[in-house]
Amino acid sequence: MSTRKFDTKIQHLKYKVLREVARAEWADKLSEAVFTIPKYLSPGPHPTMRCCIHKERAVATERIRIAMGGDKDNPNVIEVIDIACDECPTSGYTVTDICRGCLAHRCEDVCPKGAISFKDDLHAVIDKSKCVNCGLCAKVCPYNAIINRKRPCENACKVKAISMASTGEAQINNDKCISCGACIYQCPFGAVVDKSFIVDVVRMLKDSIANKQTRVYAVIAPSISSQFSYAKLGQVISGIKALGFHTVVEAALGADMVAWDEADELAEKGFLTSSCCPAFVDFIHKNFPDMVQHVSHNPSPMVALAKYIKKSDPSAKVVFIGPCTAKKQEFRKDHAKPYVDSVMTFEELQALIDSRDLDISTMEEDVLDNASFFGRIFARSGGLSEAVGQAFKEKGSDFEAKPVVCSGIEECKLALLKASKGKMDFNFIEGMACINGCINGAGCLTHGEKNKSEVDKYGREAMEKTISDAIRYIK
Amino acid sequence: MTLTVCIGSSCHLKGSKKVAQTFERLITENNLREKVNFHAAFCMGNCQNGISVSLDDTVYSVTPETAEEFFRREVLSRI
Repeated sequence: MSTRKFDTKIQHLKYKVLREVARAEWADKLSEAVFTIPKYLSPGPHPTMRCCIHKERAVATERIRIAMGGDKDNPNVIEVIDIACDECPTSGYTVTDICRGCLAHRCEDVCPKGAISFKDDLHAVIDKSKCVNCGLCAKVCPYNAIINRKRPCENACKVKAISMASTGEAQINNDKCISCGACIYQCPFGAVVDKSFIVDVVRMLKDSIANKQTRVYAVIAPSISSQFSYAKLGQVISGIKALGFHTVVEAALGADMVAWDEADELAEKGFLTSSCCPAFVDFIHKNFPDMVQHVSHNPSPMVALAKYIKKSDPSAKVVFIGPCTAKKQEFRKDHAKPYVDSVMTFEELQALIDSRDLDISTMEEDVLDNASFFGRIFARSGGLSEAVGQAFKEKGSDFEAKPVVCSGIEECKLALLKASKGKMDFNFIEGMACINGCINGAGCLTHGEKNKSEVDKYGREAMEKTISDAIRYIK
Repeated sequence: MTLTVCIGSSCHLKGSKKVAQTFERLITENNLREKVNFHAAFCMGNCQNGISVSLDDTVYSVTPETAEEFFRREVLSRI
């Protein structure tokens, strides 16, 4: 199996574990597979990833544990596999051997703490007891000889939830973590992972008895449009149905519902933040408790649609499939629990499809069309604000929405800071924890540059051109 | 009596919205809001023969063109 479907070899490794775990569960052989999968992944005799074959297999066992739901006592869906963490150096600003021992000494002059001196060989050296990691020296060096050695996971975590445990490995502070998954995609050793509920999904499909007992609905996030580059979207839909799902519905229709109601709420309250992105909502709860009252009371598109599905079909089970690790956190909360039965990422969907050896690229194309253009573009930054603006237009309202579009948690933080101090020229915060929105979610197969244009193209293909037309019969 | 129109992707693309509009109009014209429970649902597992419509537990196939006739034949006759 090639790695063409994924951005990195870490994703491919995770995928292989998930695929084999799912394959074993289909065959009712999961308890045996726990012992056979590590050897399948690292047949030996020589190691290919770690110091020895035994460590590789030990890490694989941990990956299987996470693929089977992970640590039940840890409420966070994001976990660190301690033995997989390579304990990257965290020495901060360091002079590398690129230093030429020049005469200008800009680094020394710019350092506000007098931390830079020169050794006998004329090369710069930083006194760690004085350095405050301001980075000025790195900026002025004409050779870029000074680097900042930070752990990729810590660097990726913009809410500062990751630190180094006393024993050296990464640790996550659950009081700060918003489960966005940025660290997962960035860790080069695959030591930070999202718990998987793929076994639950396989069981749900088996228990449905060909959708006679219960009907399992797949609710798919619009960001899927940029994900399966080797197959057409219609073939992915065929693949999902071939897995045993009763049908596939666009989460974007839930987004249409949300945009419609969010416009009313904004007009009524005068100031609002969006509530679609669970990581953003979690960020507000953990960092801006005074702002919680301004979070939209609308459910997320996932929950809004799942609620409707369960109302129209009481025997339904709903599985959300998307790019998001924070959705895995959201669906277990009280407001979502009765409606959403499980959540999978696109990575896990790929694993599930391959666990049944389905070649979707040769399948007939099925159709997927429930939502409007506006519901579909929720997947990318700015789409939610456009949709709320459109909802006002369709309602004939003269309320002027002044949105601030926040792409990534740092921009969200800035807007929330302004709002909490009352210094704002906007009345609506569109908050997305991932940069560029859901198309860059941690559970995506690919994180390409073209994803935004793919989503817009998919949006334009929707049969319904307005929100009110799309939601007309599901109110 | 429960009347449900499928708004799953396949039926939606074949025009289930037009069928729903026809049913809605006929329900209003005939004053049946109290008697007919009108819904939309996703997929009745009969995609090839859509547009699918169910009357209580029986699934039928209609088109936007035959929707009115279906309503008169199957719904009005049972009221």
